[in-house]
Order: sequence, then C-alpha cells, then structure tokens
Amino acid sequence: MSEDLKTMLKVYRGAADEAPRYEQFDVPHEDGASVLDALVWVRENEDASLAFRYSCVSANACKECMVLVDGKVNYACTAKLNTGTVTVEPLANKTLIRDLVTDIVPPKERLASADVE
Amino acid sequence: MMRVSTDVFVVGAGGAGMYAAISAAREGADVIVADKSLISRGGATIMAQMTVASAVGHEEPDHWTHHLADTIEAGHSLCNEELSAILCEESVTRIHEMDEWKVGWARVEGRMTQVHAPGHGLKRCVYVDYLNTGPAVARALRGEVAQRPGIRRASGLAVIEIVVQDGEAVGAVAIDVESGETVLVEAGAIVMAAGGLTKLYKRNSASINMGGEAYAMALRAGAELIDMEFVQFFPIGHLAPRMVGMDPIMWDPFRYKVGGRLLNGEFEEFIHNYGASDGGNYTARRDVASYAIYKEVEEGRGSPHGGVWLSFDHISEEVMKEKFGPMIGRLAKNGIDLQKQAIEVSPIAHYHMGGIRVDTEMKTRIPGLYAAGEAVGGANGATRLSGNAIPEAFVFGERAGKFGAAFAKGRARAPIDEAAATIVLSEPKSQLQKNAEPDGSATALMTELQALMWDKVGLFRTGEKLEQALERIREMQSDDLRNITIPDDEPFNQALLDWYELRAGLLCAESITLAAINRTESRGAHQREDIPDASPEFERNQTIEMSGDDMVTGWAEVPRISYTLEEKQAAVI
Ligand SMILES: Cc1cc2nc3c(=O)[nH]c(=O)nc-3n(C[C@H](O)[C@H](O)[C@H](O)COP(=O)(O)OP(=O)(O)OC[C@H]3O[C@@H](n4cnc5c(N)ncnc54)[C@H](O)[C@@H]3O)c2cc1C
Ligand code: FES
Repeated sequence: MSEDLKTMLKVYRGAADEAPRYEQFDVPHEDGASVLDALVWVRENEDASLAFRYSCVSANACKECMVLVDGKVNYACTAKLNTGTVTVEPLANKTLIRDLVTDIVPPKERLASADVE
Repeated sequence: MMRVSTDVFVVGAGGAGMYAAISAAREGADVIVADKSLISRGGATIMAQMTVASAVGHEEPDHWTHHLADTIEAGHSLCNEELSAILCEESVTRIHEMDEWKVGWARVEGRMTQVHAPGHGLKRCVYVDYLNTGPAVARALRGEVAQRPGIRRASGLAVIEIVVQDGEAVGAVAIDVESGETVLVEAGAIVMAAGGLTKLYKRNSASINMGGEAYAMALRAGAELIDMEFVQFFPIGHLAPRMVGMDPIMWDPFRYKVGGRLLNGEFEEFIHNYGASDGGNYTARRDVASYAIYKEVEEGRGSPHGGVWLSFDHISEEVMKEKFGPMIGRLAKNGIDLQKQAIEVSPIAHYHMGGIRVDTEMKTRIPGLYAAGEAVGGANGATRLSGNAIPEAFVFGERAGKFGAAFAKGRARAPIDEAAATIVLSEPKSQLQKNAEPDGSATALMTELQALMWDKVGLFRTGEKLEQALERIREMQSDDLRNITIPDDEPFNQALLDWYELRAGLLCAESITLAAINRTESRGAHQREDIPDASPEFERNQTIEMSGDDMVTGWAEVPRISYTLEEKQAAVI
C-alpha cells in the first residue's frame, strides 16, 4: 500500500486567551484515512494534549467532530485525508475553548448556567 | 470547586441514563443527568441502527414469556432470570411509551413492523427506518428529557468517582471538561448508566466513551460486578475498506438476506472445513463463523487487514438494490461497489454481558447506588440475543430512575466533605506538570491494552495467554500508569481525562481476565481453546469485588424464576 506517503497536518493550537499558532505534524497516510484518523494519530504518537471532540469514530452519528478542514466546515471523521498539506482549524463561528474544541454545547445543557442552587 | 445538589444524579446520558432521568422526574425528583460527551450523543445508543426486541405481538401473536424463553436459552444457563423476565415483560410497555414519544417505529397500516433476528422464535424486533433506530431513540429521549422541568442536563461533565460515606453512596466527584473545574455533586441517589467496555478491544464497534468507566466506578465504590468474562463478539464486523456513517455490524442482514460468501485470503471458501456447511443458505452459526475466521487468520490465510473477505459478486445488482435500497447508495458514497469488490470482515467486540450486580430494583449492594443499561450484568447470561440491549437500556433505566427517586425521597442529603474530592483527584496530581510535553501517553497505553485484550483475552482464550495478559495489565497499573506526564491547567484537558479512562479500563481488563482464568470451561461468549466443553459445575455466576487494592472473585447461584412460563401466560390470557 501507500506506506511512504505522508500528510503534513497543520493544526491550530492554543486556548482562547492565547495568541493563535499553528503546529505541523508529519502524519503517515493510508488509503481511505480520514482527517480524524490523522488527529488521533497525533494525539497518540506526538502530542497527547491535542484537544478535539469526537465520540462515535466513524458512525457519523454523534456530530461532535465538526472542524474546518482547509477552511471548509466538515466532519473530521468523514473528511478524507489528502496527501500534501491539510490545515485543520476550530469552527470560526463558535467560541474557542482550546485547539480544535469550540463551544458547541447547547446552552441548556450546561450545568453552571442551569444551576440555581 | 463547584458544588451542586440533587435528588437523583444520573451518570451517562444514553438510552438508559435518559430513561432513568425521565422516570425519576416523573416521581417528582430533581434530577441532574450528566455525560462526559454531549447528552444523548456519546455512547452506543445513538450508534445502534437495527433491531429492538419486544413481544408487542404486532406481526405475529407473541407473549413476553416466549421472549424470555429465547433470552434464557441464548444465555447458556447463566441468565439472572428475574432480571431477564423484567426485561422481556416491561419492554412491551417501554416500546409503546417510546411510540407515544414519537420515536417513529416502522409501521405498515398502523401495525408496528417486526422482523426476525437470529435466536428469536418469531418476528419480534421493531426498528426505525432506514437503519435509523439509534438516532431516532436518542432524539426522542433527548426531547423528553429537555421538556421536563425537574431535569438539569450537564453535557461535558466527566464523572470520576462515586463518593461513599459510612458505607452509603452520597454523591460524585466530576470534572467539567471545558473549564477543567472540579464539580462535587451531592445526591440522594446515583444511577450509574455510563455504558459498556468494548472499546478495550482492538477491534470493536464502540464509541470512544465505552472504556468501562461505569464498571470501574461501581467497583471502587464497593459494589460487586458479575460475569465479567462474557464479552460478546460479533463474527462479521466491518474491517476494510474504511467506511463511515454505517453500522459496523451491518453485514449480518446482508449475509442472511441474500447470502454472502466468506472467502479466505486465497479467495477460497473455508467454513466447511470447520464442520459447518455454508453452501447455499449461508447460515453457519455465529460461533462457528467466528472460530473459522479466527483460525484462517491465525494460520496466515487472512485478508490484507487480518480478516476474511465477504463477497456478493455472485448476486445480481437488481437483487441487491431490491433488498437494500438506499443502503447501496450509502455504500457508493463510501466508494464501495459490492458488484465489483469484496469487503473485509472480522469478529469485533460488540456488547458486554457482564456488569454491575443489581437486584430487581436495580440497586447495588451500596445503598444509594443504582445501575442501568449495558453497565448492568446478568440479564443476558453468557450471550445476548440480538435486539435485547436497547430494551434493556429502556427497562432498566426506567426502573433505576423510579427506585432511585423513591430512595432519595426518604433520605436526608449528606453534605460531602471537600476532602473527598481532593483525595479522588490527588492520584494523578503528582503527574500533572505545568506546560509539560507529555511523554508516554495514556492513549498510547490504551492502544497497547486494546491489542493485549484482543490477542490474549479475546474470542478464543487459553490459560497461558490469560496469565500473560494479567501480568502485563497489573504491571501497567503499577508502573506505566504512574509514569505518564500530564500537562496541567488546561481547559479541555484531554490528557487528564485519558488518564482516568485508562485507569478505569485497566481495572475492567483485570476483572475480565481474572474471571476468564477462573472459568475453566467454555460457555457462550467465553471460549477456552484449552478447555472446549461446558461443565455443569460452572452453571454459576462469578462475582468480583475490591478488597483494598486487591480484586477478589467468588461464585454465586444463578437467580431463577420460580413460576413456569405457562403459568404466566395463563394468568394474562
Ligand atoms: C454500533 C452498535 C450497534 C448496536 N446495535 C444494536 C441493535 O441493533 N439492537 C440492540 O438492542 N442493541 C444494539 N447495540 C447495543 C446497544 O446500543 C447498547 O447496549 C445500549 O444502547 C446501551 O445503552 P446505555 O444507555 O446503557 O449506554 P450508552 O448508550 O453507551 O450511553 C452511556 C453514556 O455514558 C457516557 N459516559 C461514559 N463514561 C462516563 C463518565 N465517566 N462520566 C459521564 N458520562 C460517561 C457516555 O458518553 C455515553 O453517552 C449496538 C451497539 C453498538 C455499539
Ligand atoms: S466522530 Fe461522530 S460524527 Fe464524527
């Protein structure tokens, strides 16, 4: 298979109060791999602190993994991983929490705001 | 540190947790339902696509006792028959209730459509079209939860530990994932509904939140687990090519509806070499299919990704389109054309029969601590009938919420000592380092654990492999887990959550392995290559509890029902 192929993954890093920066990771490329596969690979092999949301892995059921892939809104788990450079950034229209995680929690599902005690 | 207080605290918001929240609220209790992911999205419930078994009798005359008889038969003499009976009887009410909540069960002329699934004596399984059961269930329950005023929802709250004071469960310690803040929850009752553990196996159908935290939290709180050796493997799970938006167990109906040929890496049929005939009707038993695939791969005759081929090229395009309609289009989106290519399949870990030991009120032996859903052990014995897990989530969830609420009502809420939280969180504290570059990550260790469980505690076990696994699991607990550096002070500190998850996963792995070592026989989903037969001496449930840091196992008589099924049928009709 395509063992020598690589993807240069350019990932947005940092929390809301930090200056934006990008980090690059050389990720092995496999046929049929998704952008999510590449992010998981980074967390496992390069940087365990990389923050992104996902649950269902590939069922495309949880809808938690939405990010910008090369500037376009996409599910990380369904976006095919290209070779060459792929840029992954947090959703632009949501408040940034950290790295690729944005505030997608519906307001009424927040304990703090719902709590009156 | 944030403090909240409630009558009933539900841990996990899948089918079981959301049902528990609704039923507790119906009893007038205040409820907080929490999920480390988002409400309704994090676990197995939303991923299920197919069948829900219940004797609603719309398609053919049926009675819950028939469903019970099939469930007990599948369970290989290990079903807690009292729990199985509750599951089968009350599922009928729950299916109708879900119908009122507009889940949208498939119907023809007003009747619910029911299909036949393996192991059931008749057409018993309702579903939502097309392959949409889980998302529809999740949506209906999410809606019900949202509109009940007594329920507070907490997405992104990872529960770490149950707080036990004077032998009773009084609350929980959790982490607000986004802020990293510690949350102390005081509760009159706690319902553990945090789902299963199949993620602990390399090949699985799990979401990332199914690493067994429910079992580990219950165990550490002092509750018992039972039958942890029984992990259900599904014989022809999807392996390759990469496919998204589809249930990895979807090939089963394909195979039995139109017939699909299983071929080894040399493109030869092989099932007949394992004592089963697959020619013509493709009905080799699931355990035989699993064993045959496992052996072909072990002997070097697997497909490129380490499974076998499933081929439909002998079936015409018209037949495929007629039987599977929109599915063919969804496959095409994934670049898969069954007319032109075979796909690779392999057994995958799919469901956990074992779990938290409860009585018929879903109570553990720790007052105040209840359990529901896949986290509960016993109702399905040594193997589960297909379609029994979603009704189990509904029925046990409803009961846990109801009985939990009643317990909370009669009880003064105990204030939790803040020290309790400090102790819980102190364990990885020494490993937290400001701005640390993490070396040795919990995710990498989880990957190792998954491979270890797959190779040595998987489908076909031997005493020797199990002992090797146990040794490494214990070493990971005492060494590797303690040597991970975790970056400190970050919002959404995934590395810290991964650490807790790994700790829980290792405890579960230890319990499965230990139980599998002790059960020196083969029965249902627990297959020992070194001891291939079942033995009457092992018609018992195996219990597990903690004594300090040590895991202690024991045996218990299987709870049986005292009435005959005919008596029950006569009483109703
Ligand atoms: C792909 C797939 C297909 C299936 N198909 C079927 C089918 O067709 N029919 C059938 O009957 N069964 C099926 N099953 C099994 C069935 O879906 C599950 O057994 C059932 O949904 C379990 O429900 P639950 O509420 O107990 O757990 P889940 O739905 O898994 O919910 C548990 C929740 O707990 C949360 N959680 C975990 N840990 C924590 C923590 N520490 N703190 C807070 N929250 C936590 C998780 O995020 C999750 O949302 C399938 C399972 C899978 C994976
Ligand atoms: S991971 Fe669930 S939708 Fe992408």
